[in-house]
Amino acid sequence: MISLRKISRHYQQGGQQLAALQDIDLEIGPGEYISIMGPSGSGKSTLLNQIALLDRPTSGTYLLHGRDVTGLPDDEQARIRRENMGFVFQFFHLIPRLSAAENIEIPLVLSGVDSVLRKQQVAKAMLSFGLQDRSTHRPDQLSGGECQRVAIARATIMHPGTLLADEPTGNLDQATGKQVIDLLEQLNRQGVTLIMVTHDPAIGERASRRVKIVDGRISSDA
Amino acid sequence: MRSRDLMLLAFGAIRSHGLRSLLTVLGVCIGVSAVILLTSLGNSARSYVTGEFSELGTNMIIVLPGRNETTGGIPPIMGETPRDLTVDDALALGRSRRITAIAPLMIGSAPVSAGGLEREVNVIGTTEGMQTVRHLQLASGNFLSPSDPHIAAPVCVLGETLRKELFGTAKSLGEWLRIGDRRCRIIGVLAASGVSIGTDLDDMVIVPVATAQMLFNSSSLFRILLQVGTHSMPDDTEREIRRIIQDRHEGEDDITIIHQDSVVATFDEILLVLTVGIGSIAGISLAVAGILIMNIMLVSVSQRTSEIGLLRAIGAPAGQIRKLFLAEAVLLSLIGTLSGLLIGFLGAVLMHRLYPVLPLAVPTWAVLAAAGTAMLTGLVFGALPAIRAARLNPVAALSRR
Repeated sequence: MISLRKISRHYQQGGQQLAALQDIDLEIGPGEYISIMGPSGSGKSTLLNQIALLDRPTSGTYLLHGRDVTGLPDDEQARIRRENMGFVFQFFHLIPRLSAAENIEIPLVLSGVDSVLRKQQVAKAMLSFGLQDRSTHRPDQLSGGECQRVAIARATIMHPGTLLADEPTGNLDQATGKQVIDLLEQLNRQGVTLIMVTHDPAIGERASRRVKIVDGRISSDA
Repeated sequence: MRSRDLMLLAFGAIRSHGLRSLLTVLGVCIGVSAVILLTSLGNSARSYVTGEFSELGTNMIIVLPGRNETTGGIPPIMGETPRDLTVDDALALGRSRRITAIAPLMIGSAPVSAGGLEREVNVIGTTEGMQTVRHLQLASGNFLSPSDPHIAAPVCVLGETLRKELFGTAKSLGEWLRIGDRRCRIIGVLAASGVSIGTDLDDMVIVPVATAQMLFNSSSLFRILLQVGTHSMPDDTEREIRRIIQDRHEGEDDITIIHQDSVVATFDEILLVLTVGIGSIAGISLAVAGILIMNIMLVSVSQRTSEIGLLRAIGAPAGQIRKLFLAEAVLLSLIGTLSGLLIGFLGAVLMHRLYPVLPLAVPTWAVLAAAGTAMLTGLVFGALPAIRAARLNPVAALSRR
């Protein structure tokens, strides 16, 4: 359960106050499939960063499962990200020197999971995402679709309640993009809350709930 | 995050930039091995010098005729005419309870011949006390026998080199040797001892002091060597020596006293300071290596900004990022330190092989100091890049590609 109450985010730019987000009120229930759409510069990525606890709001309150997480210290917020959220990015953000399996393993490494247990979980994830014969390949030896599958496997390895996807198909061709969306929707059907930022209406319209942002304000929510 | 995983992750990052890391490691390696090599060279020289001195004899005091004026001022109008030291002066000193052995010393040069061979040789006139004071070893025969030092017995003890040159493989003991215009029977041959502080005892011939006085037609001694008991206070002993000589020299204090031990101690101190000095100079290269580490780590942080953003997004707290980059810096300096120690030790062994006269002596303090400094520089110079990495804004870092 994510609830944002009057969240604003202002930037200082060239002596001018820029409002990226203005009094955002948003409630997202568990298992929802929600897309955040809007023209570029509208503040949709800023909103995602707020939900992801990667950025702190200028004002407002963020309640996660009823707990106020707005002002928590950095390592506390990091722990929440690690345990409750999975990230899928437009440019995959795989670490180039690590193999596919090692990339998927990172969240487990950061949480200090035992290495034997880690290997088992990674092997299971590789299998369920159809990457079993790619485990030793580095990102530059993988196709775009495979890279995004590795990234999704990494995002879900900790079994988070929420998946945050920022333009997950932005760097993929139509067919591969479709496969990635299918994969994310399949995860949503298994109960994971899916929040997807996109500027592509064809993808955004698929979500059961569509939030439109214009100039830092929610213009429609349906 | 487990520390083992932290180190593995850091090591992976180091390995992914092989050449860059190698060059950084090389910087630390050269610094550490330079400290080890130079200090062990200094330390070897120090052990060598003190070893040479103690070969001359420990607890030794040297008495020289003439006073070494260090007070300055107007020189005496009459000039200073020190009285000669004589064999009787030496005998008087020998009667002191503080002094366990005396060796009056006369040195001169005379032609020495045996068979058809003749050459100019340094001749030492002394007494049986010389053997005790200078720890002389005999290869065969006996040293000068204890007898009245005023009796010029026609005997001599030969150095090893001289024996080889004059007799070769022939028997030398009991043969006659012509020294100047006198004839002496060879009663002993010294064991080879090598050069010690300039005097090559192997290339000398030793005769009783009275014999030397006849040879050189002089009664004045070159110097007197004394061995003092281990319990004697150096100052008390020196005062006693001055008193005895003053009594015999009409109240004039006209001798110079050199303490063997204090000479050794002074040399030891000078060489230790020198060793520490050159070690510290080599240590400066470690600071340079530290700056190299900082430079490389700063490059690494800016190249891996997006990776840092990702790690932050998937749940690494700032402290973990800091630890990761610090671990990389420390790992770089650790690899450099270990390889530097290895090369330093190998170099020291090689040096010992090439110059066996220098003892193999890698000082422990230098090893600890070099390793400690290297690790500390890694930590100190790695801190700034690590803090910078940890302070990166995750959102901004993620947007960098």
